[in-house]
Amino acid sequence: MVEALFWPALLAYGEAALALVGEARRPGWPGRAAIWGVRIGWLAQTGLLVAQAVGSDGFAWSSRGGALNLFVWLVVGAYLIWGCRPGFRLVGLAVVPPAVLLLGVAYADGGVRAGGDSLGALLALHVALMLAALAGFALAAALAALYLWHERRLKRHESAILRVPVPALDVLERLSARTLAASLAALAAGIAIGLVDLAREGGGVDIAMAATIAALAVYATLAGLERAGRLYGRRAARSTIAAFTLALLTLALAHFA
Amino acid sequence: MSGAHESVHLALVGTSHRLAPVEVREQVAFDPERAGEVAAGLATGGAEVVCLSTCNRTEVYVADPDAATAEARASEIFAGVIPSVYRLAGEAAALHLFRVAAGLDSMVPGEGEILGQVRTAFERGTPGALLDRLFRQALHAGKKVRAQTRIGESPSSVSAAAAALAQQVFGDLAGRRILLVGAGKVSELAARNLLSRGATISFVANRSADRAAELAERLGARPLPLDGIGAELAAADVVVASTGAPGLVVDKDAVARAQQERRGRPLFLTDLAVPRDLDPAINDLDGCFLYDIDDLEAVVADTLAGRRREAERAEAMVAEEARRFSAWHASLGVVPAIASLRARAEEIRAAELARAEGRLERLSEADRRTVEALTAQIVNKLLHLPTVRMKEAAVTADGVLYADAVRHLFGLAEDDR
Repeated sequence: MVEALFWPALLAYGEAALALVGEARRPGWPGRAAIWGVRIGWLAQTGLLVAQAVGSDGFAWSSRGGALNLFVWLVVGAYLIWGCRPGFRLVGLAVVPPAVLLLGVAYADGGVRAGGDSLGALLALHVALMLAALAGFALAAALAALYLWHERRLKRHESAILRVPVPALDVLERLSARTLAASLAALAAGIAIGLVDLAREGGGVDIAMAATIAALAVYATLAGLERAGRLYGRRAARSTIAAFTLALLTLALAHFA
Repeated sequence: MSGAHESVHLALVGTSHRLAPVEVREQVAFDPERAGEVAAGLATGGAEVVCLSTCNRTEVYVADPDAATAEARASEIFAGVIPSVYRLAGEAAALHLFRVAAGLDSMVPGEGEILGQVRTAFERGTPGALLDRLFRQALHAGKKVRAQTRIGESPSSVSAAAAALAQQVFGDLAGRRILLVGAGKVSELAARNLLSRGATISFVANRSADRAAELAERLGARPLPLDGIGAELAAADVVVASTGAPGLVVDKDAVARAQQERRGRPLFLTDLAVPRDLDPAINDLDGCFLYDIDDLEAVVADTLAGRRREAERAEAMVAEEARRFSAWHASLGVVPAIASLRARAEEIRAAELARAEGRLERLSEADRRTVEALTAQIVNKLLHLPTVRMKEAAVTADGVLYADAVRHLFGLAEDDR
């Protein structure tokens, strides 16, 4: 029953991914079809998460697949905040296709079933904050990717540059920096709660926590350099993408390997 | 009952950029005030006249009960340019005006200025019922096309393209500082386009100090000698260059030095001059975007192609509006018959109520009002369907037959026509 909600979500995201490719080629109705696909998919996935939560004794997304499922939901949800605006739809090209892939992986890994571990409230909050931070970093990376794409088109003097509505470089840079800063705050809060929980349980800092603290250090450096005006434009966008890739790999390996 | 609407004919005579070169068009070009006077001069004997005159066209729209008179009136001002004149009547004339208002007949498809010019012509003309409806519907069609298609969104000139590209870098241009290099007409045009989008012109740099000061004063900026550009580059967001200098005015090193001070703020530069004023290598610098005249013209050409695609959708929309106007115009032919029929019915109702006056006296005031309302309602309900059917038939050729049949069946007088 719970899994039955997975397919509408996957299909709707899949439709949105295809429509977004169409939107990049010829803007117009594909963009509207894409955003409706994202909305419907996100609602279906919300239903799936609620059903999982209701059918579980503890925290439903503590497994690798479950965490991936929740992560996809958070990323798509964050994208929907801006994605509804025509100028920001193409950010979805860096969000929705990976979301389809990751949701498929989550399904294969058993992440869309009811169940889960019985976690304490602090640990559950820690996991939720970590996933929210990671979702924010993913969105910041998507915005940075769009920045690089748009910047390259401007540099190359593409004659069709005004045909596809894309936010201005300045707007993309600011939004990416803000998203990164908000995610950094969530990450810091998540780490603090995790450390409190570890201290309560009497455990020490493990490899997963060390990797998380390292990710925090990388992102804090990045945000600091951006704020000081020493990292900007193309280099800032590339750094945001590199930091996300690094953080994703490190955290995934440290937590689930 | 007047049948004034029944045989009012619409005629259009005009000349435009499609048929006539500027030396012909200028012979019949009027400013809006004069166009209003021309319309008033032609509007004698109950004729309705609107004269639309822009730099690309002069057209006279006339509505007159006599078709030949309508065309003759409309032709009066074109006596000297007859070979370059087109003549349209009825629905074709209406469709033409709707296309004009939507910008579909403009040199640049979808340009927005024409809608305001049509409105001005309408306001200064002498329209009656027919031209009033025609022009209001044309203005509606023009607005609809702009709202429901993207025909007017893309820039149609090099200076508009430069401003649109600057927005691709900065988003909102409000408060962005512009440095103009050159004080000629091209610079001013580009500056005005940027000003209209909220930007601020900070400096006008030019070889001739007088011309720089003159343009700077008009734009609310400060004049600058050409050798002072380097010092002000760091504070500028957009540079527009258009001088007549034979060589480069700004080189890559000057911009690179400025970029170090700018701490990453992007710089957008447009070079509208031939030979070029700005070193093409500036585009290689991080955060610098340099567009020359060829780049901008390529952007304009692409957006015009996009406009033409949108124009296909717009054509369908204005054709629908023209059909609606035509249906309304045709329905005017049966209006006198409908009015006569309703008047006759009302006459009968009033007469019957008067005959029953003696019996109705016993009723209370409220009951009398109920009887009045009831009889009026019966008459309205009986006549509703015939009225609708006659208006529908009027759109086809059957309208006149229906009107005659109604007059015959209900014994409506011939002078009711």
